[in-house]
Amino acid sequence: MKTLKILEYEWKDLFRGKWIIGYGLIYLLLTDALIRFGGSGPKALLSLTNVMLLFIPLISMVYGVLYLYQAREFVELLLAQPLDRKSLFWGLYGGLSIPLILSYVVGAAIPLGSHGILLSADAGSALMVLGLGAALTLIFIGLGFLLGLSFYEDRIKGLGFSLVIWLFLAVLYDGFILFIVYILGDYPLEKPILAISMLNPIDLARIIVLLKFEVSALMGYTGAVFNRFFGSWVGMAVAFGFILLWLAIPLWRGVKVFAKKDF
Amino acid sequence: MIKIEDLQKSFGKKGVLNGINLDIPRGQATGIVGPNGSGKTTMIKTVLGLVKPDSGRIEVNGVKLNGNYAYRHQIGYMPQVARYPENMTVNELLEFIKSVRGTEAIFEEKLVDHFGLDSELEKPLRVLSGGNRQKVGATLAMMFNPEILILDEPTAGLDPRASTTFKELVHEEKKNGKTVLLTSHIMSEIEELTDHLIFILDGKVRYNGPMQELISKSAGRKLESAVASMMEGAGV
Repeated sequence: MKTLKILEYEWKDLFRGKWIIGYGLIYLLLTDALIRFGGSGPKALLSLTNVMLLFIPLISMVYGVLYLYQAREFVELLLAQPLDRKSLFWGLYGGLSIPLILSYVVGAAIPLGSHGILLSADAGSALMVLGLGAALTLIFIGLGFLLGLSFYEDRIKGLGFSLVIWLFLAVLYDGFILFIVYILGDYPLEKPILAISMLNPIDLARIIVLLKFEVSALMGYTGAVFNRFFGSWVGMAVAFGFILLWLAIPLWRGVKVFAKKDF
Repeated sequence: MIKIEDLQKSFGKKGVLNGINLDIPRGQATGIVGPNGSGKTTMIKTVLGLVKPDSGRIEVNGVKLNGNYAYRHQIGYMPQVARYPENMTVNELLEFIKSVRGTEAIFEEKLVDHFGLDSELEKPLRVLSGGNRQKVGATLAMMFNPEILILDEPTAGLDPRASTTFKELVHEEKKNGKTVLLTSHIMSEIEELTDHLIFILDGKVRYNGPMQELISKSAGRKLESAVASMMEGAGV
């Protein structure tokens, strides 16, 4: 499998860059600090979730875009070899996402383990937070690749768009929903809001975590609606389904664009 | 053998290739000349499958190109600007391309030796000089003993010694019956290495014939002035 060859190389290259180890260390220190200050209960996990929901999309998407730009000559070199574009795409994608996921998961799991959370009753929730982080990494690297390919010649635009998208999804989105609720408060809003929250993978991940922890006070508007509408298990399953869609659609587009692109 | 029929490609509104027709027989050494931006590199990239043409048909050794890739086993390509993954050492790059290609690199040692790359093998590519990178590019293009060599301005960054070595190697390949496609702005190099000339202007083939014929037509002048007068005649 040629994908594996590329993956193996990317892997080596990334770890030689060392910053990926720093990325894991940040999660290690952060998780450790959160547990020390917040106790080993669900509180620490919720704080970790909040940090993860903010950082993982940013780092994954920006690095996804930059990575494509940086690999430009490499892509050209490889495409002049007997190699199909699909293998190359998956090699690049896997070569970036696997190390990023690993450094997050290992970085966060070490303190979670050493403080005994992974063996406590919260183990399931902890694994879910790790798993959602991995899913968000995959989603946002996919989005980053798609943006990088769409603005292959115009790096500033590609990077700019990824930052704007992150800002919107991670920061402005809640405000946007509250604004809608404020303006249209007299109408039945449950279903439209439900639909809107499907459009944001970060929000979906947050809803899943909050449904799992059953902390409705922290759920925000969309989480509360979700909870009321679906109940926690069905709600979680629906949210998971949409997370998978968020993963599949950008990657499917990305492969298509990559297959047709001029290099 | 490379066969191109009515190849069209535009980037946005700008037509880069406007109906290229070419038939390059096996074993022919062809020089491709033309002013900057005439479409030489784009044409080469369509043959490699790096650029997807808007319309037209390309055949390499009887295989029609349609997004397939196995035909590239027969091609060695040396790009105009050789830039490689920065953290990789030369050795790792060679090994990596070998593993991607999955064939034996029978000329590897010979090429490394000829170009004097031995001392560079363990260095990361980012510290290599431009000329040494070109040598790595030449090694990558030739080490698999491909039937077709596509060289895009190969000697641009090479010092005289490396350039001489390189030309000797190309000469040898030519003698062994390889098909060579070479673009260059250095006419003496074209004259030295190839015996067939293609002149491209505005994405169209304006001249395609034996070099000797062109030189004799222009009354014994050098190739350089013959090509220059072609460019002038076309109003460039």
